[in-house]
Amino acid sequence: MSLNIIVLAKQVPDTRNVGKDAMKEDGTINRAALPAIFNPEDLNALEQALRLKDANPGSTVTVLTMGLPRASEVIREAMFRGADGGVVLTDRVLGGADTLATSYSLAQAVKKMGNYDVILGGRQAIDGDTAQVGPQIAEKLGLPQVTYAEEILELKDGHIVVKRRLENGVETVKAPLPCVVTVNGSAAECRPRNAKRIQKYKYAASSTEQTKLDDARKALIAARPYLNIPEWSAAFVEADPEQIGMPGSPTKVKAIENVVFTAKECRRLDGSDEQLEDLVKELIANHTIG
Amino acid sequence: MTDNNNLIVYCEFEDVHVADVSLELLTKGRELADKLGVKLEAVVIGDNLDGVEKEIFPYGADVVYKVADKRLYPYTSNPHAAVLINLFKEIKPQVCLMGATCIGRDLGPRVSSCLHSGLTADCTSLEIGPHTDPKTGKEYENLLYQIRPAFGGNIVATIVNPECRPQMATVREGVMKKTVFNPDHKGEVIELKADDYVKPEDFVVEIIDRHIEKSKVNIKNSPIIVAGGYGMGSKEGFDMLYQLADTLGAEVGASRAAVDAGFTEHERQIGQTGVTVRPKLYIACGISGQIQHIAGMQDSSIIISVNNDPEAPINTIADYVITGNVEDVIPKLIKYYKKNSK
Repeated sequence: MSLNIIVLAKQVPDTRNVGKDAMKEDGTINRAALPAIFNPEDLNALEQALRLKDANPGSTVTVLTMGLPRASEVIREAMFRGADGGVVLTDRVLGGADTLATSYSLAQAVKKMGNYDVILGGRQAIDGDTAQVGPQIAEKLGLPQVTYAEEILELKDGHIVVKRRLENGVETVKAPLPCVVTVNGSAAECRPRNAKRIQKYKYAASSTEQTKLDDARKALIAARPYLNIPEWSAAFVEADPEQIGMPGSPTKVKAIENVVFTAKECRRLDGSDEQLEDLVKELIANHTIG
Repeated sequence: MTDNNNLIVYCEFEDVHVADVSLELLTKGRELADKLGVKLEAVVIGDNLDGVEKEIFPYGADVVYKVADKRLYPYTSNPHAAVLINLFKEIKPQVCLMGATCIGRDLGPRVSSCLHSGLTADCTSLEIGPHTDPKTGKEYENLLYQIRPAFGGNIVATIVNPECRPQMATVREGVMKKTVFNPDHKGEVIELKADDYVKPEDFVVEIIDRHIEKSKVNIKNSPIIVAGGYGMGSKEGFDMLYQLADTLGAEVGASRAAVDAGFTEHERQIGQTGVTVRPKLYIACGISGQIQHIAGMQDSSIIISVNNDPEAPINTIADYVITGNVEDVIPKLIKYYKKNSK
């Protein structure tokens, strides 16, 4: 049985690698110094998708991402690892979206893609850690959801059997297709890039990227449609302007406080109660712990 | 039932008891409901809920909604979401709190999506306060401030939800304090029929099996790591590190010397031949700091070294050096964290 599989992926700043060089002098974070990466749990989701493809010849894996035009990097990376193609949902009017407006926009894009059997995504993205977009997309599409997935055990006869990893145990559930599955970081790691696939897809480019290419490269992409990474606008996916971006977001950011790391020089403590309590209080106050 | 504008807590029910995180949220909910001048309500969905209100009332709930049906336990997403969605359409609470557990983080988004109400995950603090919209200048009284770290813990954001109701938030277990409001406090019990809220087609996902299984070690993604070296002395010495890690919500790591000595398992080894980590906070206990260990943790944002040797090499890259015996210092860190964290 061949399947149409959609993988939701996000390009995120690598918040796990906030080393000392990523901190500005005032102790706040220098976002520009953080590399943009493939959200780690989305890679776990991609692996589960590729395993389904391996087990069901003729299946296609299509990656959907929403973000800046440069998010096409995520699509190319997925192609190098085994995805067949992808779409970048990118539009200025989608900016500033909270999870609800984001999931509405992505759900509209999924509807545009149409024919799908299963939608996979990472449990959560490391820049927000909310884990909300997966279930919200499921609700918007009227589909069942399976969150915290660690392994897809079976997919046949219109249903999927999934092992879920919960706080203190595992649960195996059976859901009808189509459905949305969000995958945990504890799932199998994604396979690496494949050298042949890099050769095949290295010139894949989005519409924005293609405008900067020379004529020879443009001709190559025109001759090989799989190298074209489409960019979709909000209007193209027929998104209601009132449900996207800032206007479509019920939650608003009232204030942002940078967590300031002040420990620049080594401080020596003698282990006395007073000094240790002060240290703990300081770490709680600057949100390092607690 | 009418538009009640109250604050409601979704109470998780596991086996035969209400989950601790739900009782913690009732405690916080009581405080917030008093500030808002509204009732504190609770909703429990499950099976065999006889007498469950006795666990809930002492935490200050004025109303407990009970929805009991054998199909509603164990938890599955759509039926529980359907109960909350339809109940909230009826009673229109202004705030809904739930635990940031596997259940709450599965359920909350589904409910908020259907009701188009905002949801903030993993709040570390909840307050009530005013808000002025920076664009329209419109003023709001008594909004729920949903305060949470974001961007990998590098910023702390205050989120508000001015227009949509309920204002929804999830909070992790242990973040709020659980305190009995009044052991004799009594409220109203409202029993609801599952069939009035859930359609047969909501029962789409079938649970085949559930069992307890220890999760794998995941030190790579932990924002806080408590690591031990040969200086911990023994396997028993490492128990202290587990206690500190539990208290701080951290993972336990180890140097190669400690792993080779059999103090802990190899999966926890940090360094060139183990895992490379970059947590927000690294507490090195009894680790001298050989170069191969330092290579695996030097990019940690804050490094604390606890060592009885003031000249231990690791001290050269530490932000804080505590000179003392680990068996004295670690229990004090646990004690002062517990004392100051709430």
